[in-house]
Amino acid sequence: MTQAKNTEHIHTRIWLEEPEADNPFAAKAAYCHGYDVYGEMLGQTRWVEMLYLLVRGERPTTAQADLLEMLAVAIANPGPRDPAIHAAMCGAVGGSPAASCLMAALGVGAGHLSGSREVFLAMEAWSQCATDLGAWQRHLTTPPVASASIWPTPEHPSGFDPHGMSTASTVKQTLSCLAKISHGPLLPWLQKNLAALETCTGLPLAMSGVAAAVFTELSFTPAQGEMLYLLLRLPGAAAHALEQSQYGHKKFPFFDIELENDPAQEATS
Amino acid sequence: MNRPELLQQHVGHLKSRMGKFFPGEQRTVFRGHDLHTDLKDMDWIELYVFGITGRRFSPAQLRLLHAIWVYTSYPDVRLWNNRVAALAGSSRSTGNLGIAAALAVSEASIYGRGIDVRVFGFLTSTQQKMEAGGQLAKCILDELKSQRSLAGYGRPLTSGDERLGPMMKLARELALDNGPHVRLAFAVEEFLLAGRWRLGMNYAGLAAALVADLGFSLQEYYRYLFPAFLAGMQPCLIEAAERPEGTLFPLSCADINYEGPHKRRWQAAIEMPPSIPMWNPHPATNLNLPNAVHHSEAEHGYHTQHPLSPVPGQTDQPGRAHP
Repeated sequence: MTQAKNTEHIHTRIWLEEPEADNPFAAKAAYCHGYDVYGEMLGQTRWVEMLYLLVRGERPTTAQADLLEMLAVAIANPGPRDPAIHAAMCGAVGGSPAASCLMAALGVGAGHLSGSREVFLAMEAWSQCATDLGAWQRHLTTPPVASASIWPTPEHPSGFDPHGMSTASTVKQTLSCLAKISHGPLLPWLQKNLAALETCTGLPLAMSGVAAAVFTELSFTPAQGEMLYLLLRLPGAAAHALEQSQYGHKKFPFFDIELENDPAQEATS
Repeated sequence: MNRPELLQQHVGHLKSRMGKFFPGEQRTVFRGHDLHTDLKDMDWIELYVFGITGRRFSPAQLRLLHAIWVYTSYPDVRLWNNRVAALAGSSRSTGNLGIAAALAVSEASIYGRGIDVRVFGFLTSTQQKMEAGGQLAKCILDELKSQRSLAGYGRPLTSGDERLGPMMKLARELALDNGPHVRLAFAVEEFLLAGRWRLGMNYAGLAAALVADLGFSLQEYYRYLFPAFLAGMQPCLIEAAERPEGTLFPLSCADINYEGPHKRRWQAAIEMPPSIPMWNPHPATNLNLPNAVHHSEAEHGYHTQHPLSPVPGQTDQPGRAHP
């Protein structure tokens, strides 16, 4: 077999592969940011270390990996009431392929209500305001500017729950655990100033707000945090989709619609 | 009303004016009309834009809306969104997954929906400003200053746009070529060509202007365009699915230009003194760049080996292109 010459290349700082002697399309070894993935990392590397290495280009310290792992556990499953999980279950009850269910979860979970867009914008706010309470107060009381974008204009401050009355216990527990192992400065500051921020917005902190603080503290960019948030919430979507495919559509809510402009009713009235 | 009460009010049922399926009565209502009696003769795009806008459009307007999709349906597998559909075919995924992914990818920032909403927003807001006595040059310069580019003008891969001529020809035939937004779009082009920018209008600019003149809002325009590239995607997927599996643009190990750190050892877990914060507030070191990585590691000193040091006994030439 003659080897075809390819003038098109992919550039990457992440991944190096060395070919097998008998096949240029099969890798003998793969290196992630310089580390031998199959020869050295496998067996002594945690999943979150690999995740951090892939995205940040450097391996995390133990404390950083611990923080990311704790967040990953906290957001792995937002539960079946969450719109993204609901979407995944809608796929499953109809017998859609697994990828459809996860794509449904990604599409719905990408938005500004507890989704990755909210994390992105909240991380931008962290980058601007950091631990300056005055800057946060100005930011949280400034309404967003509507612009021509594929994204709807946010209807609530990013990272806060527009339907909440007080900080949910699960959010408080998560923040407390994360702040305990954090080397700071953001998470301890958030815990200390939570009441002031919530007073400013009139809304309680949401899990997306906690996630944004963690990702920022770990020095991820907003774009990186957005990706990780999408990724780390998929386990729950997968599990609930698999479960609902077993229950089937007859046990899944169909809800009721009250049609306000039914032509049949209008004809008889 | 407190916030949980707002949610409580919506539990279990929904009021809608958009539609409902009545299984027992064997009928479906679509925006206040019986789908199988009142709307049964509608053309698909007529139903589609009625679903989006709630308004009816003339045959000429529908023909224009249809043509906007047709003239940009390119079955070229190299285009990034089409390539997604084809990669799904080559990887033996399902047709729907491939096309759905390709359509999702079409919501891009340098082409597709991202550009479409930007140019539509620019043209409609500029038109309003002009009607209020604004200056075109100021509107253009403000947009260039705030966005650093003008969506709808210029093109990523080439200059010129082969779709403009046929589109304007049809618009003229339909007498839909002379609305205020179309005139504005050409006036913007004239300004840009005369100045140092040398940017011609592209298809996104013309399509936005034509549809703005039909009275669409930005959101209506965004939703109308969702299937714009669809017809060009299916041929890409089909051909890839018909070829031997995995043969769409295969890449060998040598086709990857590695530009990252040299090989280094993965050693025991890295501990960091609690006194050093995790957060690095310097934006440059938040970038995933080799220099940023090295700077950060050197600064904190938590790498036992410099990343640029070769691993003993291993090659120090990890790729063809080192930083």
